[in-house]
Order: sequence, then C-alpha cells, then structure tokens
Amino acid sequence: MGRIRSLLIPGVDKQLLVRDAARIMPDLARRRFIAGGASLGALTLLTGCDVSDSFSAEQMLKKVSKFNDGVQAFIFNPNALAPTFPESAITKPFPFNGYYDLEDAPTIDGKDWKFEVRGLVDNKKSWTLDELYKLPQVKQVTRHICVEGWSAIGSWTGTPLRDFLKLVGADTRARYCWFQCADVEGYNSPLDMASALHPQTQMTFRFGDEILPRAYGYPMKIRVPTKLGFKNPKYVISMEVTNDYKGGYWEDQGYNSFSGS
Amino acid sequence: MSSLAASDERSVAAKPTTIQPAWVRTTHWINAVATIIMIMSGWQIYNASPLFAFKFSKSITLGDWLGGALLWHFAAMWLLMVNGLVYLAVGIATGRFRKKLLPISAGGVFTDLRAALTGKLSHADLTTYNFVQRLLYAGIIVVGVLIVLSGLSIWKPVQLQWLAAAFGGYEVARYVHFICMAAIVAFLVVHIALALLVPKSLRAMITGR
Repeated sequence: MGRIRSLLIPGVDKQLLVRDAARIMPDLARRRFIAGGASLGALTLLTGCDVSDSFSAEQMLKKVSKFNDGVQAFIFNPNALAPTFPESAITKPFPFNGYYDLEDAPTIDGKDWKFEVRGLVDNKKSWTLDELYKLPQVKQVTRHICVEGWSAIGSWTGTPLRDFLKLVGADTRARYCWFQCADVEGYNSPLDMASALHPQTQMTFRFGDEILPRAYGYPMKIRVPTKLGFKNPKYVISMEVTNDYKGGYWEDQGYNSFSGS
Repeated sequence: MSSLAASDERSVAAKPTTIQPAWVRTTHWINAVATIIMIMSGWQIYNASPLFAFKFSKSITLGDWLGGALLWHFAAMWLLMVNGLVYLAVGIATGRFRKKLLPISAGGVFTDLRAALTGKLSHADLTTYNFVQRLLYAGIIVVGVLIVLSGLSIWKPVQLQWLAAAFGGYEVARYVHFICMAAIVAFLVVHIALALLVPKSLRAMITGR
C-alpha cells in the first residue's frame, strides 16, 4: 500500500481512486488488492470517524493475529488426533477448491515431477514419484474444514510427514516446513514443526482408492487434518525446512498463519 | 422465599443513588462494542459460505472480505470473552444475578408481558426488574455463553473436539452459532427500542442513576 500511496496525485481523493482502481480489476486481483489495505467502511459508518487514519486498525489486527498464532501453538496438543470417520461418511463428490478454476489447475506429468527437499536436512536429494510411492503409506478418513466455513469428509492415503522428515534427516527443532506448489501463482505455505510432526500430517498420494486426482493436487498434497484447508497445499513441488518465516499465499493476504483446527 | 425476596427488594430500594453500579456499566458498554464487531464481522464470514439461501448486504458487514472479517472476529473475541468472564464472575460473586434476575415465574412473565403490551407496566422503580426483563436478561446470558462455546467449537474442532461433539459436531455447531447470533440480534432490537422508550433506563446505564 505504501508504494501505491506514493504514486497518488495530490488533490485526488485517495480512497475514491483506490476504490475505482479496485473496481476495474479482475476479481482475483481485486481480492488480493483489497486485502492489502484495511477496509473499514462499515466501522467508519458506525462510528462516523475513519479509524484507519486515526490509529492503524490494520496494524493492530495483524498484531492480534500474531498473538493468536502464539495462543494456538500453545494449546496445540501434538497427541490430539483429528476425529476419523467411516468410509460411508465420505462426502461425494468431494468439492474442488482453489483460487483458480479446475481447468486452470496444474497439469503435472508424474514422470517429470520431482519433489525437492531443501534447508535444514541431511539429505537434500530430490525424490521421484516412484521413489515416494515405495514409502510406507497409511489411510485416513478425516474432515477437511475450509477457512470459508464449509467442511467435507475425505479419504487420504500417503506417508506420514514425520516419517519422511526422519528419513531425510531433517532438523526437527527447526520452526517450519515451508511448501511450494506448481500452480500458476506459485502457492506456498509454512507449516509449523509441531504440526508437521503430528501423526496424522501426511504426504498424500491417493484420494479414496485412486491415485490423487488432478483436482485434489496430483501428484502430491500435504494433508494436515489439524489445520484449515488452505494450510493443506496441493501440487507440492518442494519443501524447505527452515527457521525463517517465509510467508504464504493466503497468509500474506491476511488469513491467520497458524489456522489450526 | 417470597418474604426473602421482598426484603431484598427493600434493601436495594433503600440505596436509590445507584441503579447500575460502575462494573455493570463498564462491562455493558465494552460488551456492546465487542458484540457489534462480532456480529458485523460474523456476517461477512457467513457470506463466504452461507448456511441459508441469503447473504448479508456488504454495507452492514465489517472487514470487507473474508480475511479482513476473520481478523476482526478473532480480535474482538478476546474482548467479548474476557469482558464476559469478568461480568459473569462479578455478577455471581456479588449475588447481583440472583437478586436481580431470580426468581422467574411463568405466571409473572405472562402478567408483566400483558401489562407491557397494554401500556400498563410501571417503570417507576428501575432498581427491580420486571419478569419480562428477568427472562430476557437471564436468557441472553445463556445465549451469550452458548454463542461463545459454539464459536470455540467451530474454531477448534480438533483441539476442543469434546466441546464440538457436545454440540453434535462441527457442522451442527455452525448452525447453533448462527441461531445464537439471530437470538442476540432479536434481543438487541427489543432492548434498544425499550431503552429509547424509557430513556431513564438508558441514562442509568450511562451515569449509573
């Protein structure tokens, strides 16, 4: 926003200009654009004063969100398992969801795909799909809860991430596993180490009884049933074990970073 | 029991200087701000995945989009919960809830409701709540507790899965949360209308007298 403000012409109503600019943007860009600035229209109406100018409500809300990250990490019980369900409870059809339409979802050739492992790990080799398929897998039927509020029960099969972290000699005292994805805008998301080591956190290769379909993240997604859906990245191409907070696609736009369930 | 209640009323009436003590006024207005933020941001969150075939007009929501609304909702929840806990603790410890809100009898509610609707209900003594007030104020405390507990179930359906299960699971808790919101909004309509009809009750909540 600071960059945008410096480009504004003196005498031009900033807010009107921003509103107009946002209106002519395509929907997706508009969402990201508006997320960058505090939009307090309703509160302004309510109080009759523009709170965003008198004190930075946006900064205050971000601080509380950081505080909420800490609270959630504190109450996170590494042994508490997400409830599991019988196969009969699986939601059919399981919804496709993304910031893009299904036809714009990445089309990945499993033969060319490699999973890159970086950062604080002993073995930085990249993994082919065939190599990953040989690792022991477990199935879970759990509830996927979207940040939007809806939920759906799905069946995911894959390798517990904590087994893989052990296998590659990851420093599990590091703070995050940071995932990057193959989709058009380069989705990425940090996962705190405690959640990464949770027994149900999984490198998922199958949905139901079939190879993970393109809609759900072929060839690999990270299934974290103790997190909201957007913390379950699809089309994953790399993982970095790191102590740095590298941000994430939605996290940078304002969704709470921990977003634990 | 009735003689006990009568002597309680007298002892309260003997100190006419304060109708609403400072702690009631403080927690009331903090609660008012927190509740309005929670409702308006909650409507925006609802719009992201509506439970029913309608959305709330953007002009009455807070946060502009889902992410902004969630920031408001998860910030104001602390204000709502901490203030609510202080209110409940002091209300119980001082015996104010028991003195002001109990007993509630069906007959009393019926008589007072009829008197209110025919314009015959006296507002001369604001220190004693009539039976309709008792029912509404006690009821909204229960709804307040329920909306916080159902909200915690939606927020933490894994860490607090026993709580979510008590509501019948995550999806049911969403409906409970929504219905509690609707009850609070309905309460607010009546509550604000009556405060404006009997302005000295509003004055008592501001100045205490």
